[in-house]
Amino acid sequence: MKITYCDALVIGGGLAGLRAAVATQKRGLNTIVLSLVPVKRSHSAAAQGGMQASLGNAKMSQGDNEDVHFMDTVKGSDWGCDQDVARMFVNTAPKAIRELSNWGVPWTRVRKGPHEAVINAERTTIVEDDEAHGLITSRDFGGTKKWRTCYTADATGHTMLFGVANEAMKQEVDIRDRKEVLSLIHEDNVCHGAVVRDLITGELEGYVAKGTLIATGGYGRLYQTTTNAVICEGTGQAAALETGVATLGNMEAVQFHPTPIVPSGILLTEGCRGDGGVLRDVDGYRFMPDYEPEKKDLASRDVVSRRMMEHIRNGKGVPSDFGDHLWLDISILGREHIEKNLRDVQEIAQQFNGIDPADEGAAGWLPVRPAQHYSMGGIRTKPTGESQKLSGLFSCGEAACWDMHGFNRLGGNSVSETVVSGMIVGNYFAHYCEDHEMTISTKAVHDAILKQEHYIEEILSRTEGEDIFPIKKRMQKIMDDNVGIFRNGDSLQSAVDELQELLVRSKKAIVKSKTKAGNPELEEAYRVPRMLKLALCVAYGGLLRTESRGAHYREDYLKRDDANWLKRTLTAWPDDTATLPEVSYEELDIMKMEIPPAFRGYGAKGMTIENPLSQKRQEEVDAVREKLEAEGKDRYEIQAALMDYALPLNYKEKNERLGVGYE
Amino acid sequence: MSKNESKGRELLFSILKYNPRDPESKPAFVEYRLTETPGMTLFIALNKIRDSLDADLSFDFVCRAGICGSCGMVINGKPLLACRTLTADYADGKIQIMPMPAFELIKDLSVNTGKWMEAMSKRVESWIHSNEVHDITKLEEPIDPDVADETFELDRCIECGLCVTSCGTALMRPNFVGPAGLNRVARFQMDPHDKRTDADFYELVGDDDGIFGCMSLLACEDHCPKHLPLQEKIAYMRRKLVAQR
Ligand SMILES: Cc1cc2nc3c(=O)[nH]c(=O)nc-3n(C[C@H](O)[C@H](O)[C@H](O)COP(=O)(O)OP(=O)(O)OC[C@H]3O[C@@H](n4cnc5c(N)ncnc54)[C@H](O)[C@@H]3O)c2cc1C
Ligand code: SF4
Ligand code: FES
Repeated sequence: MKITYCDALVIGGGLAGLRAAVATQKRGLNTIVLSLVPVKRSHSAAAQGGMQASLGNAKMSQGDNEDVHFMDTVKGSDWGCDQDVARMFVNTAPKAIRELSNWGVPWTRVRKGPHEAVINAERTTIVEDDEAHGLITSRDFGGTKKWRTCYTADATGHTMLFGVANEAMKQEVDIRDRKEVLSLIHEDNVCHGAVVRDLITGELEGYVAKGTLIATGGYGRLYQTTTNAVICEGTGQAAALETGVATLGNMEAVQFHPTPIVPSGILLTEGCRGDGGVLRDVDGYRFMPDYEPEKKDLASRDVVSRRMMEHIRNGKGVPSDFGDHLWLDISILGREHIEKNLRDVQEIAQQFNGIDPADEGAAGWLPVRPAQHYSMGGIRTKPTGESQKLSGLFSCGEAACWDMHGFNRLGGNSVSETVVSGMIVGNYFAHYCEDHEMTISTKAVHDAILKQEHYIEEILSRTEGEDIFPIKKRMQKIMDDNVGIFRNGDSLQSAVDELQELLVRSKKAIVKSKTKAGNPELEEAYRVPRMLKLALCVAYGGLLRTESRGAHYREDYLKRDDANWLKRTLTAWPDDTATLPEVSYEELDIMKMEIPPAFRGYGAKGMTIENPLSQKRQEEVDAVREKLEAEGKDRYEIQAALMDYALPLNYKEKNERLGVGYE
Repeated sequence: MSKNESKGRELLFSILKYNPRDPESKPAFVEYRLTETPGMTLFIALNKIRDSLDADLSFDFVCRAGICGSCGMVINGKPLLACRTLTADYADGKIQIMPMPAFELIKDLSVNTGKWMEAMSKRVESWIHSNEVHDITKLEEPIDPDVADETFELDRCIECGLCVTSCGTALMRPNFVGPAGLNRVARFQMDPHDKRTDADFYELVGDDDGIFGCMSLLACEDHCPKHLPLQEKIAYMRRKLVAQR
């Protein structure tokens, strides 16, 4: 049996995993990264629009700082996030982007003097300061007060991923691709590594480590229409869930993006609207200002997606072979802007739809409809990134729920989170690996490998049963139809019922080719039951949550219910033969929040069932602020008095900004 | 006609199947018939074949949007990203698909471009070389916006390998660093963060497996899905590095 030992095992080689691996390797820990695909092909490469960091260099971002970014993130999350974590994040993001700049990410820079921009569908001239020339610039994105999203044209994820992967190579991190983690090795609530299948040879191997970190990205492929890459199947979260010990957090919190192109579901970045593009209906009418007079096309993602579906339901969609859709118009930005800053978007539209979005008028309009995009839920961890239940297991990036996005994540906050959490969690993870020894017996490792080996043999030995592909397709259809943008008790219940039945059937599916290597059907056969378990966590968590918060929208419970639902859903799967997860809840403590729950700023007021503590805490916060301001304290001191938080290394230090220094 | 309107035709696929790890497997073309659907790409078509006709067919896709560089294949003789290739572009409905040469074959249409690109990246030391210590709490170093844009242009390579497959030298000389490798050198040469000198780059690629191996056949640039100016950059690097001889 092949067993590999290392100090730090990182599962997943996207932005989060690679950045965490750099953190451990730099501390002298022998680090191995495992990935399904060559790491530079990880899904992070597909991020287009940009990374949020409150640098405040460009004219439209002046006055930005950690406090503004924090406020946007908390509001964006519909108060579902962990505010400690959001604070840790906003203070580290400027450092993260500056580090990436040193690693060679060619961020688009500020150019002094006048340039044209389209704001609220009107051409405007903006004049950039001389002092800002050459610093990192930023664009507008939904749900943010300032232009905070830094970018490299519309290939931001690609350049970031190459920058971090190059750095990992420079640090001589041992990166191994075409390796799939099937399960975690654990004993007495401590994680010791993973059982891994080589996707070329089909061989099973054990990886034993002092600490294990999962950074396997999201679970978008539980859905039929998704912007996610085909490898985003949530198998990392499933491995954690199948320990029966680790818990997943808020799995029902799933984001739908407003503008994937129809029919392929390929994303057109939020940068399209950030840069001034607008949504239009069947009559060519710009409808978003009617629904959201203030934020218009740039309201939070969950809000825009719902408004679009509502508008389609009102009969204003554009009929097509692929169902009704709406139009995204970026032609108003002009050819020059599109060919420079939105080139991938143009390429996608030309290649897949034969439309040049720079063509003037309706000829350049792009067909769009909301689809699954981002997984706020994931492996539940403490702010250090360690599982609350299974020690030695860490997680960061989209795979985790540490939880900075709550029930809706802001555009540009995710790639930012990946590197920031890679820095922070990577550091806590390194400490854990330094403080712990490998204690597991060889026998326990062998048993874990044998268990997977027997499972694969059992699958190959089945002679009668149904195909696996239709089961997977059915799951994806159910998730789209019943666990989507609009949810209600009946549809969620029917989803839960049928998914349970599919889970039972999936465990009996047959595989036609009996070889162990290069057998794609075998891979489906062992992955689909795991995906179904996750799908059940999403659907069941959604059924039980009888309120609407952020992206979780219940037509039968329209209000955000702070009195009863200011809590995180935790799911665990202790009994492997069960068809439903065990569900428990974790309260959010209003009295510790820096910003207690309030009106989010979208739709009508009065859509919240208030928690009396919100007002109480608000009064407390106001009093502290007033007193400290009178005493002449600065914003850092006031923040510390309201909600102190910790960060490793020099990440807690202040960030310098143009014109204001460290103020 | 919009590209999404073609439909209903019967397509004939002919796909080279071979499993080098199976002693009994021999390379052979296998034919599949599929009904065309609107807007069909080879990503959709190959998955349909796998779901309904041949569960054993291996191929690689990740982003299915022309962004990640996973799906290079030789399609009717031309190296292309399969996910970006529409069946509607083939008037007679006959589509032959082969794996890309120049890379290690894993199985059927799946080749190990990752391994090749990793070796290339290590060879050209594809990372920033600098002894400067930066304090990340301070303002970042300003970079000329044009230089940042130009570095970005060269950073757009997605390591798909289409240029390598179309390169006469790369097919003849397995150690040739390839158009992608030479482009990578040009990228770091352009980047002000990287302090390497021309002499340093000469050390890395100043030989016939490097910059002097290129025969200027131009096929690389024709096939690059990101339209990188490979020819111009290779010529430029050659002029610079000749001076180092
Ligand atoms: C089309 C698109 C555009 C986006 N644009 C933006 C944007 O502009 N701004 C923004 O902030 N966010 C954006 N996002 C979101 C953001 O890109 C992702 O959330 C983020 O990149 C996730 O990074 P990650 O490192 O957590 O995971 P990923 O990059 O998904 O990496 C996961 C890694 O885990 C590996 N892996 C998975 N399962 C296993 C397993 N079982 N065994 C071994 N390895 C495994 C994979 O091979 C991969 O290396 C976008 C997302 C999409 C879909
Ligand atoms: S240079 Fe172009 S063709 Fe070559 S690997 Fe890069 S993107 Fe592909
Ligand atoms: S699958 Fe990513 S480029 Fe084709």
